[in-house]
Amino acid sequence: MELIYDILSLLPFEFMQYTFMKNAFIAVLFISPLFALLGTMAVNDKMAFFSDALGHSAFTGIAIGVLLGLRNPVISMLAFAIILGLAITYVKESGTASTDTIISVFSSISIALGIVILSRNGGFAKYSSYLTGDILTVRPTEIWAVLATLVAAYIIWSKIYNNLLLVSINPSLAASRGINCKLYENIFVVMVAVAVMLSVKWIGILTINSLLILPAAAARNVSLTSKQYHFYALAIGLFSGITGLIVSFYADTSAGASMVLVSAVIYFATLLMKSKIR
Amino acid sequence: MSNHNSCGLCRIDIENLSVLSGNSILIEDINLSLHCGELTALIGKNGAGKTTLLRAILGERNYKGKISFVSHHDDKIKRPSIGYVPQYMTFDKSTPLSVADFMLACKVKRPVWLGNKKEDIRKLEERLAELDCANLADKRMGDLSGGELQRVMLTAALDPMPDLLILDEPASGMDIAGLDLFFKMVASIRDKYHIAILLVSHDLGLIRKYADTVVLLDKTVVASGEIEDVFSTEAFKSTFGYLE
Repeated sequence: MELIYDILSLLPFEFMQYTFMKNAFIAVLFISPLFALLGTMAVNDKMAFFSDALGHSAFTGIAIGVLLGLRNPVISMLAFAIILGLAITYVKESGTASTDTIISVFSSISIALGIVILSRNGGFAKYSSYLTGDILTVRPTEIWAVLATLVAAYIIWSKIYNNLLLVSINPSLAASRGINCKLYENIFVVMVAVAVMLSVKWIGILTINSLLILPAAAARNVSLTSKQYHFYALAIGLFSGITGLIVSFYADTSAGASMVLVSAVIYFATLLMKSKIR
Repeated sequence: MSNHNSCGLCRIDIENLSVLSGNSILIEDINLSLHCGELTALIGKNGAGKTTLLRAILGERNYKGKISFVSHHDDKIKRPSIGYVPQYMTFDKSTPLSVADFMLACKVKRPVWLGNKKEDIRKLEERLAELDCANLADKRMGDLSGGELQRVMLTAALDPMPDLLILDEPASGMDIAGLDLFFKMVASIRDKYHIAILLVSHDLGLIRKYADTVVLLDKTVVASGEIEDVFSTEAFKSTFGYLE
């Protein structure tokens, strides 16, 4: 860690004098590629609303952690998000109601339940920082956890991507080639749940979904192939993450929200480029 | 394209097949044999259960009854290879996905988001050229015409050469001339590779021209066999009216 700090200190930025900014910077370097990767498929599959619901479920995850007396609620957050994600996928497939209705029902329950439990005895203020997130509280141990997740995610992505892509293009076609559609969908849902829960404390419940969706949505406007799609999403994600962090340092604003604004600007720029290309 | 091993699969037997959804019966008591080297057309009005039958054969739906793939020596084949050309493409037309991405995702292990090898793309172009759709590899899937998309899907479905090829209403986005050409292509694949083909279609004229046998479905098989025989049944006439 010291070595990385020393290298970052060499950068000609004033904010790099501060250890908390160095930590935040490294965290952004690891989180952005993770979200860019997962975002490409989330946008393909029109899952923006779904991942939003996953983010909101953080409150119930925290609440369960508090009830169980856990010191670090990340375990209960992960468990709850994974269960919720799989439950939504399961109910969706049974086809009893339209997808957005089902997601909305689950999302409402998981946010309300969390708030009810956490606001008992008027203690909610303690947790309101989760709404907007605070990336300056990142600790070195957490950075290693995110790096491990990033590496694992890229390895899994390399293994499952081709089949996952076929499932998203046409499930029957995938089934005809012997692909277990449900398995791949569930792996993807779990990956999104883990990524969102690991970083929601820093990015914020209200803004984390944008980090997943916006870079991919912007990249889509200017890409023709899967390779370009991934590459642009990665570049846009990294650029808006780092720029947002720097802006938030000087403007003294929320880092998560600043990153979202930067990627939103890029999104509209690519939208203009798209209308010129085609 | 590899030649189909004609000593392999001989026929697909479907016995007493039923599919339920909750308490309602989607299809019941279906008995059917599909033979290699034959183009079988599956017809029936909307809601007759055509797609349900296909999904049961594809293993996507639970069913009661038996579907067995039988070799020439009357042995059962456990894992037959099935090629499938879907009716609709569920993907968003704006998805960044080239024809090469799609086809190599079906074929190679290397994840297509890392980019595709030149050698793989060259082989792909050769296969596409066989079905009159050369030079499409770099095109975006969403930019293809209906006919091009069908041919790309067909090319993908033929690699590896399947025991059974299933085509689900390959009509969307094609004019009559284009559809005739597509049927002709399917018929020539049957002749060249001697595989079993099951095709869902509403185009009775083209079925008469290219299919070998026809199955009329309405929850169960109401008529099947030679085309003219089926077309002259009362069940057919009450479903489609009279055909000249």
